[in-house]
Amino acid sequence: MYSTKYVKAKDIDDAATIMASAEDGKFLAGGMTLIPTLKQRLANPDCLVDLSACGLSAINDDGSSIRIGAMTRHVDVAESALVQKAIPAIADLAGHIGDRQVRNHGTIGGSLANNDPAACYPAALLALGGTVHTQNRSITAEDYFDGMFETTLEEGEIIREVSLPKPEKAAYVKFPNPASRYAMVGVFVAKFADGVRVAVTGAGEDGVFRASDLEAALDANFSADAIADGTVSADGLMSDIHASAEYRAHLIGEMTRRAVKACG
Amino acid sequence: MPEGTVNQGIGASVRRKEDKRFLIGKGNYTDDINRAGQLHVYFLRSPVAFADIVSINKQKAEKASGVAAILTGEDVAADGLGGPICGWVPTNKDGSAPSEPPHPILANGRVRYVGDHVAAVFAETLDQAMSAAELIDVTYSEMPAITDLKTAIDSTQIHDGMENNTYFDWELGDEAATNDAFDKAATIVNVDIRNNRVIPNAMEPRAAVADYNTGDGRYTLFTTSQNPQLTRLVIGAFMLNIPESKFRVVAPDVGGGFGSKIYVYPEEAVCVWASKKLGRAVKWTADRTQAFLGDAHGRDHISEVKLALDKNNRITGLRVDTLANLGAYLSAFAMVTPTYLHGTLLSGVYDIPAIYTNVKGICTNTVNVDAYRGAGRPEATYLLERTMDVAAKQVGMDPAEFRRLNFIPKDAFPYQTAVALQYDVGDYEPLLDRAMAMIDYANFESRRAKSAKNGKCRGIGISTYIEACGIAPSAVVGALGGRVGLYESAVVRVDPTGTISVLTGTHSHGQGHDTTFAQIVCDKLGVGIETVEIVHGDSDRTPFGMGTYGSRSLAVGGTAISKALDKVIAKGKIIAAHMLEAADADIEFKDGKFTVMGTDREKSFGEIALSAYVPHNFPHDRLEPGLEETSFYDPLNFTYPSGTHIAEVEIDPATGVVELVDWVCCDDFGNLINPMVVEGQVHGGIAQGVGQALYEEAAYNDNGQLLSASYMDYCMPRADHFPSLKVENLVTACTHNDLGVKGCGEAGAIASPPAVINAVVDALSPLGVTDITMPATPQKVWQAIQAAQTKAAE
Ligand SMILES: Cc1cc2nc3c(=O)[nH]c(=O)nc-3n(C[C@H](O)[C@H](O)[C@H](O)COP(=O)(O)OP(=O)(O)OC[C@H]3O[C@@H](n4cnc5c(N)ncnc54)[C@H](O)[C@@H]3O)c2cc1C
Repeated sequence: MYSTKYVKAKDIDDAATIMASAEDGKFLAGGMTLIPTLKQRLANPDCLVDLSACGLSAINDDGSSIRIGAMTRHVDVAESALVQKAIPAIADLAGHIGDRQVRNHGTIGGSLANNDPAACYPAALLALGGTVHTQNRSITAEDYFDGMFETTLEEGEIIREVSLPKPEKAAYVKFPNPASRYAMVGVFVAKFADGVRVAVTGAGEDGVFRASDLEAALDANFSADAIADGTVSADGLMSDIHASAEYRAHLIGEMTRRAVKACG
Repeated sequence: MPEGTVNQGIGASVRRKEDKRFLIGKGNYTDDINRAGQLHVYFLRSPVAFADIVSINKQKAEKASGVAAILTGEDVAADGLGGPICGWVPTNKDGSAPSEPPHPILANGRVRYVGDHVAAVFAETLDQAMSAAELIDVTYSEMPAITDLKTAIDSTQIHDGMENNTYFDWELGDEAATNDAFDKAATIVNVDIRNNRVIPNAMEPRAAVADYNTGDGRYTLFTTSQNPQLTRLVIGAFMLNIPESKFRVVAPDVGGGFGSKIYVYPEEAVCVWASKKLGRAVKWTADRTQAFLGDAHGRDHISEVKLALDKNNRITGLRVDTLANLGAYLSAFAMVTPTYLHGTLLSGVYDIPAIYTNVKGICTNTVNVDAYRGAGRPEATYLLERTMDVAAKQVGMDPAEFRRLNFIPKDAFPYQTAVALQYDVGDYEPLLDRAMAMIDYANFESRRAKSAKNGKCRGIGISTYIEACGIAPSAVVGALGGRVGLYESAVVRVDPTGTISVLTGTHSHGQGHDTTFAQIVCDKLGVGIETVEIVHGDSDRTPFGMGTYGSRSLAVGGTAISKALDKVIAKGKIIAAHMLEAADADIEFKDGKFTVMGTDREKSFGEIALSAYVPHNFPHDRLEPGLEETSFYDPLNFTYPSGTHIAEVEIDPATGVVELVDWVCCDDFGNLINPMVVEGQVHGGIAQGVGQALYEEAAYNDNGQLLSASYMDYCMPRADHFPSLKVENLVTACTHNDLGVKGCGEAGAIASPPAVINAVVDALSPLGVTDITMPATPQKVWQAIQAAQTKAAE
């Protein structure tokens, strides 16, 4: 890796100040994505601003939603009694990210800031209609994602916490990429009083997306049988050595059926 | 063995001695070694698959901080250096010699694969070397990459002077007799086989530390090698012109090889060359990306297979036409792997009167392909065992019974195959019977029905394999184009106090030699395992030997140890006879004691050792002092391990995911030295074979870019992919070596891929699927189901 400067910020304001004075700085959360990128010389930041001492790892219940601090690690979400009770699908999702080492370091903020098209949390945020809170503002899920690896976060903007509304029922089912075990297709189904939301990750050419056809089918009949083969079109889906767009389209339908079943 | 001692001899599952140092972090790997004042080298690699190098501008890079030198192909040419050589060169079918185009250690004017070495950047730190490499300006004039095996023959010449991008065109067997068999056949079975390309993925990437001492003019190279003596010979005599006595090569602890660390690659030679040229020690350690791009890959064959059967379903003929992708340059054993290690195995465990095979070795713009765990034998086994299943289905026989019908009968040994080998011993039916009993083959259909109730497709797949190990009789090797001998060496050095060092020419990089070789000593000399040290991997200490690959270390190297031990015992008997004032013939050696037969007069092994080195009362008229014996053992034949592996899979047709639900095997490795180590080798081999069958694929795109160049895209088998493997053994002892051993290192990787694919096809056959290529990934399985359903609907 290129040599760089490392600074541990005291709090979120300190982090923002340090970042403002850097030419091309990067926030460092769990480092699970950023450090390999640096090691491969794919990024050359002049400063790493470590967020781990900014007090951003807490999980709270505010009645209608849960709020998870940006620096909360996947393992803490997975093991949180609060999350397990309020939105068990989130605990389950976090518990199946990567491997134990990754879960012991990786954070929800890092995952959402990175917006990897194969990451799991983006599907949760979008399906639950959650909100990303930064030091300056709150961004709804609909406005947050901006294509593969892109978000509407501005330069220097720090995710502080994420709020996720509690659904009546929800489940996330991931079909892992055989090699990386990221989502090759991941489907998050959330049933609210006012309707069903389905978000798909791992498959879209522009990253995570809401599957309106599936939502309509499930709004009419919240059952696995509602998803007929061929409901999902292959248009706009990724093709790579592991899965063609057609296979991904099929898997979206199949994972949706499984998610609906898992909703109970 | 003295009473009350724990059995540490042959047949005991002694815990591996070497594991403690590995588990507590006290192993000593090449990357752990540092030399004073060393430079680090980084190799700038070609980002394109096929191009002429128009220019290399290194001026800016040379001025970068910490840079000591940048060497390119021009420097290599100016110093007149040679490249890696081919160790075994079979003759073309028309009698001509194959093409051996040069392989410069730094590209000279042309790059031929993504990853080809363009420049070596030497700097104080690795980061500085990497930063400087980014400043080198290379202009390439690109040509269309040639990656497809079938069209490569008609494409642009990759090497000047090599027509049709064909290294060789080889044949084996009797074509006329084989044609005759097909003319008279009652049934002809046709199968197209693709053996997918895989990447070795040793846990430890390759590394080298080279040091030249201006004082005594000696070079030292520490490197990740399976055969340091061969490395010394090749780099010294063929590449850099270093007298062997001035060149020490050490392969310390090595973390896996699987074949990929047999060969000499450009990097190691560059380090040695530069250490003198620059007057500084040089260190190189590959990162994982370099390992993916630069280590020799394995397999990559396309074959057309034809099997002839008579009206009783007995096999009468086999024809195999194979294209083998050997990559951009010839690696050391690239030519022998798809020829003599492949064609000679085509008879399998079957009595096949006529066999003919033609193999063409093809050059493409991909990294070199060479031997990978099993080396040619997995390719032969895969195509034969897949064909056996297809044939059984075609004639409506149970695949187990079709195999049984065609087995070489027990009383036919020694059995001369139609493809040169003579199997000394074997008994295949009991292996099949035992494996079938282990998996409860008889009740499989009820398990299939139960899975079907849960919406799953269950299948069972058999593989009855043979391999030729214990490589190899030197005279045979020489007659078939080998440029090396394949004997093995051992020195047994008894110390004055009776402790023992065994110096072996083999090399342990995961096989457990520290333990199993010591067990041979314990067994023969009646000493405890803690008194025995196995020394390997240092050309200054060990005798010249050929290293470890081809499941040869025990059958050849172990036999050499056994023979050297016999010499120690024979000498000890003469010393004992002298000390006990008895005739030589009256001395018996047992349980570590030399005894005058029928008396209680005895000398312990330790007493004899001491008297050999403090020879006050010693038969000086008959013997020299000391107790150290050497043996060079050249095997009389290959050894022929065989066995039956049976896989059971369950497939989710909704996703295409294949789950391995059961695995049994019954192998015949001859006598076992350490059953636990053997089981470990079998487990590892099966995992590698299952990896190839279900997960692994080195995928190049049309531009010659390796798409699966990291673990994000290259899927390795993992522990959670496996059920508990049930491993058993039956023994027919090898008839031609002292220990009766055959070798077990590659068996799992050879046997397992066809068992998996046969099981997958069996599972999917109710849906109309008749074939699937490796790896049977979820997507491929799902697509096969879709295609079969579409076909059925038509
Ligand atoms: C082997 C492996 C397997 C994995 N498998 C999965 C998987 O199955 N599913 C899955 O979803 N993910 C998976 N991941 C990714 C994992 O979830 C990472 O934790 C995540 O992508 C990044 O989180 P991090 O905390 O490590 O962030 P970092 O790597 O530290 O940072 C990532 C990016 O986000 C930015 N950033 C971090 N925090 C903030 C913040 N608070 N505000 C603004 N920007 C910020 C950083 O500057 C950087 O650009 C895997 C990773 C690995 C290494």
